[in-house]
Amino acid sequence: MSGAPASPSMTAAAPAQGPGRALLLAAFVALLFLGTGIFQSWTLALLIVNMALVSSIMALGVNIQWGYAGLFSVGTMGFVALGGVSVVLISSAPAPGGWAAGGPGILLGLCMGAATIAAAVMAAAKLPKGRVRGLAVAAILIAGFLIFRAIFDPAVQAVEANNPSVHGNLGGLGLPVLLAWPVGGLLAAAAAWAIGKTALGLRSDYLAIATLGIAEIILAVLKNEDWLARGVKNVISLPRPVPYEVDLQRSQAFLDWANSFGFDPITASSIVVRLMYTGLFAIVLLLLIWLSQAALHSPWGRMMRAIRDNEVSAEAMGKDVTRRHLQVFILGSAVIGIAGAMMTTLDGQLTPGSYSPLRFTFLIWVMVIVGGSGNNWGSVLGGFLIWWLWVMVEPIGNWLMTVVTSGMAEGWLKGHLINSAAHMRLLTMGLILLLVLRFAPKGLLPER
Amino acid sequence: MAEPFLIGDAMTGGYGGADILHACTIAVEPGEIAVIVGPNGAGKSTAMKAVFGMLKLRGGSVRLKGEDITSLTPQARVAKGMAFVPQTSNIFTSMTVEENLEMGAFLRRDDIKGTMEQVYGLFPILKQKRLQPAGELSGGQRQQVAVGRALMTQPSVLMLDEPTAGVSPIVMDELFDRIIEVARTGISILMVEQNARQALEIADKGYVLVQGANRFTGTGQALLADPDVRKSFLGG
Amino acid sequence: MDILNALVAFLNFVFIPGLAYGAQLALGALGATLIYSILRFSNFAHGDTMAIGTVFVILLTWGLQSMGIGFGPLPTALLALPVGILLTALLLLATDRAVYRYYRRVKAAPVILVMASLGVMFILNALTRFIIGTSDISFTDGERFILTAGDFRAATGLAEGLAIRTTQGVTVVVALIAVALLFWFLQKTRTGKSMRAFSDNEDLALLSGINPDRVVTVTWIVAAALATTAGTLYGLDKGFSPFTYFQLLLPIFAAAIVGGLGSPLGAIAGGFVIAFSEVMVTYAWKKVVTYLLPDSLAPDGLVQLMSTDYKFAVSFVILIIVLLVMPTGLFKGKSI
Repeated sequence: MSGAPASPSMTAAAPAQGPGRALLLAAFVALLFLGTGIFQSWTLALLIVNMALVSSIMALGVNIQWGYAGLFSVGTMGFVALGGVSVVLISSAPAPGGWAAGGPGILLGLCMGAATIAAAVMAAAKLPKGRVRGLAVAAILIAGFLIFRAIFDPAVQAVEANNPSVHGNLGGLGLPVLLAWPVGGLLAAAAAWAIGKTALGLRSDYLAIATLGIAEIILAVLKNEDWLARGVKNVISLPRPVPYEVDLQRSQAFLDWANSFGFDPITASSIVVRLMYTGLFAIVLLLLIWLSQAALHSPWGRMMRAIRDNEVSAEAMGKDVTRRHLQVFILGSAVIGIAGAMMTTLDGQLTPGSYSPLRFTFLIWVMVIVGGSGNNWGSVLGGFLIWWLWVMVEPIGNWLMTVVTSGMAEGWLKGHLINSAAHMRLLTMGLILLLVLRFAPKGLLPER
Repeated sequence: MAEPFLIGDAMTGGYGGADILHACTIAVEPGEIAVIVGPNGAGKSTAMKAVFGMLKLRGGSVRLKGEDITSLTPQARVAKGMAFVPQTSNIFTSMTVEENLEMGAFLRRDDIKGTMEQVYGLFPILKQKRLQPAGELSGGQRQQVAVGRALMTQPSVLMLDEPTAGVSPIVMDELFDRIIEVARTGISILMVEQNARQALEIADKGYVLVQGANRFTGTGQALLADPDVRKSFLGG
Repeated sequence: MDILNALVAFLNFVFIPGLAYGAQLALGALGATLIYSILRFSNFAHGDTMAIGTVFVILLTWGLQSMGIGFGPLPTALLALPVGILLTALLLLATDRAVYRYYRRVKAAPVILVMASLGVMFILNALTRFIIGTSDISFTDGERFILTAGDFRAATGLAEGLAIRTTQGVTVVVALIAVALLFWFLQKTRTGKSMRAFSDNEDLALLSGINPDRVVTVTWIVAAALATTAGTLYGLDKGFSPFTYFQLLLPIFAAAIVGGLGSPLGAIAGGFVIAFSEVMVTYAWKKVVTYLLPDSLAPDGLVQLMSTDYKFAVSFVILIIVLLVMPTGLFKGKSI
């Protein structure tokens, strides 16, 4: 670790303004990754790059919500997870017998559940205010819940009993995994619509609490509804959009190519595979950035920012603030959902146990704030810089602790200190967030 | 001329941006009622706030008993014996009437029972409602609580920003009577009023402001009698 | 039909656990609501404040235990609590100095303070793990039960047992004392009243000569006391784990909002509403129902509305319903 550049000082960023500053900062971040490649390994550097690309897209989604519209949503993790679900549903191999066991029952049950809620909402809207309305809504909900359980439960049991050690779920459609990316976005958008319909228009703090709760619920569903994506038993060996390393190593053309450059074929194959992911992710990122920039500079984007800067006067000018907020909330969530699907594709597996709000919600927020709220390129810069730090802080901390404790006698304290290096990540992220908020509240790349 | 008890002398300033006050002078003596009147946007409330230190002056000074207090914060002026009743949000709505009065006396360390009885003597209805949350009272009663709260510091100057805004004419007359009573105890009253005619009737001194500057100054009666003042500000 | 046994089962599995959990949530929600009403932001670091406060208490408890000091049948942690509160208060005051004070001075928007509290949350979370690690810790000692199921069965001759754990009893009693002290403080003391005045109308409070720095300081101290007490009681009752404290944030804020954000009375009511709903919705009612219904109608399933994994969903659904039906909460809170 000795050769890696020192961790950057957030406030001593380049004094230059405008594109010069952006390029300088980008060059600095690029140096961090080059350093990682040169002094550690290129496979590691590429691994960080790939996750940084995914994180940048998540940050872009949060920036659309917060930077464009000032919506304080902390449900990022939920939308990331929904993106992951779409990969399982779209691309994993079908589970033989799974659908036949209870698929229609589950679908019917879910439709009944949705119909119940729709009926309750309609009743609440149509009936005159009073006790009758309250009772009617309650009756609809209770009856609907019982019917839902009656249809849903046996179907779930049947599905989960179907070869539980391998499947126990409905199984996927076996379609190309790239198709799961837009579907992940759609799934997240649909969830965002439902959340936005209820929680937007409330105060900002309430939206935060509500989205925090929704994210936890989505995760709980993912962990416990085994029929959907096997819950905490995980779905592994999801298909890839790129070749496997072993296949490359078996291909004579690849071996010849690697030999002609004098590369070790094993390292070369993993680098090539990762570069392919990098290419795919970069295409998606650039496409989304292009769209976001276009949106930001369109009349729609200007109106969005006008609403953000002064909701009251925008409302007085006849703008439908809640409707616009719903739009931007859905768009941002869709972008996060796409990133979630990409991440699950990169991992090749869905592991609901590994999702935590610190990592998938608040870390993304740190990226947006550090990069510069309202600036799309800032989100990308923040994504790269913060993700690099997140990965590197632990080894740096370990190294630091080893240095600090090198003079100490063996014992409890020394062991404790070395072990605690693992928690340096949270500490560093907290400090960075506080320092940026305090000394550079507009972030590294301020909104123009 | 002897130095007045409280004077905002040639005050010039505003809330950042352009000046609102232009060499505006307001003064009041002990036991006197001074009223600031003028058309909308004349800077009446601003002049009052300037005297109380709620905006930064670019020129002029504020002196209390000859002491220059221009640089003091409003809180420090409270400690010097000035009390201020804002036009809106001038009571603690979730607290009882009695607690409102207690909070008015927050800076005092001595026994406040006597002052509280004086306030109840002035506004008997408050004694009846002393355990009710102030937010539940009527508009006129709320104004009484607001004035009572300000009186709890035993101030030498009581400043009122449009105390009769939004109350009925009967309540207004009642409130003015009480204000006269307060002045009789030797407290200086400085008041901004929208109801210029009624206010000038009880005023010892009146200031007519126009665009942040003194236009007419005189006793209340003199201003009421002045045909120019009548024509331009009192509707004939 | 066996009403007595059904009642005992209900008390044992629903009422008593719900009561203890509700008291813990109420104390947590009181702290959150107090910070909200005086410092005017939703403190996302509150869950981790509870965690770090509990860590201090655990360390002190271990210290006391190693010196051979105990509290008889009661948990030693209760002896450690006052010092734990003091340490947490110092930590919070230091945080205020280093972080929040600046944003108050520049009159930053509340959402910026919330973001700053996210940063504090990260740091407190790291500090917790740094000091005590990530494994679960049980630090309760003394008598395990006030009333054991066996004793209850022997005394009453009923088939169903009723057990009251010491930690549950301690939770309810300590929470009662804490709430009584808090209300006495807010309603009767000069400082407490000045805090209410500050929360009600900040400008007028300043005009009345109330010192805002003092109000803020006292608020952090009271919040530290409430958070540490809530965290310790929760830890005694259910075991300490740094992760669960972060997750308590949701039910705690749900409780505060359901009760009416900014209203202390509401926070208590909200705590119990959330706790009882959670317990009742996720409890498998089979036992109670079996006692109540004739044998022929006995249920085959668990009679559980939702699995316990969905307890967050319960707080959340109640939160949404209350927000839609009465946006200011059960007790009229602030709606800014």
